[in-house]
Amino acid sequence: MSFEAFMIVAAILFCIGLYGSLARRNVLAVLMSIELMFNAVNVTLVAMAKYLAPAALQDDISSVLTGQVFAVFIITVAAAEIALGLGIVFAMYRTHDSVDLSEATGLRH
Amino acid sequence: MLFQDVTFWILSVMAIGGALGVVMVPDLFRAALLLIVVFIAVAGFFILLSAEFLAVVQVLIYVGAIAILIIFAVMLTRDVQRGNLPNRLQLPAAVFAALLLAALVTVAVDTKWEFLPADQQARVDLVQTNSVTTLTGGVLTEQGVTSDEDQAEVQEAGLADLLISDYVLPFEAVSVLLLAALIGALVLVRPSSGTGRD
Repeated sequence: MSFEAFMIVAAILFCIGLYGSLARRNVLAVLMSIELMFNAVNVTLVAMAKYLAPAALQDDISSVLTGQVFAVFIITVAAAEIALGLGIVFAMYRTHDSVDLSEATGLRH
Repeated sequence: MLFQDVTFWILSVMAIGGALGVVMVPDLFRAALLLIVVFIAVAGFFILLSAEFLAVVQVLIYVGAIAILIIFAVMLTRDVQRGNLPNRLQLPAAVFAALLLAALVTVAVDTKWEFLPADQQARVDLVQTNSVTTLTGGVLTEQGVTSDEDQAEVQEAGLADLLISDYVLPFEAVSVLLLAALIGALVLVRPSSGTGRD
């Protein structure tokens, strides 16, 4: 359970999410893949907070929590993103009657 | 250490297998359920990394709110005939993701990371534990933090203190962002009133 192991697992998660968000046609599948990428980044941040020495370590011991603070921010932004994303999905479903991204080619119906 | 290693590998298999399922399984509903598996595995990673608060937040927000919202949306818009189809970009996307993975793994393995000095590790672990539960002076003395200044330093450090001191501006910004996203989502899903085309 070394630091590099965490980084590699997070990288694999991120790349699976990247593949899913590029290669799927269903907009909900794309949203789920984006959530995978958010989670991968969070794992990276928390692993760095645990294992790496921040520059301000000598002045302020609480700087080892910086990575966790940014993970909290990312979780908040992910919540905002999914709320807006699903709003857009519902609006698209009402106008296009489908959630297929390859049919969403215009800004209005 | 062995127990932690075994847990790490089980969680890794859960996370990566679940993630592959999310992007491969044709049925979107099952993909959403597999997404929950990934979220729980990531919460397990957070516990292994002594970020217990984040693990709880992960379960509450991701599993409790985001995954439920996604399942709700899947059931409202389910496209049973077509399911979760790939588009024409499947091969280029796979190649791009594989190349990026190779680059990321190379960086992770090759970089000379500046690890925490071993003599600081115990104190840092205490600070990270203290961000969830306030450690009393007795516990700190047992862990080898004896002088009063050191104890005060460890006890004062915490996620909440960072959020309202060093990071107060981003903290306020994400509050406004959440409010704006809430209002935006409400406006988006509201049935269009009269002037709209439908």
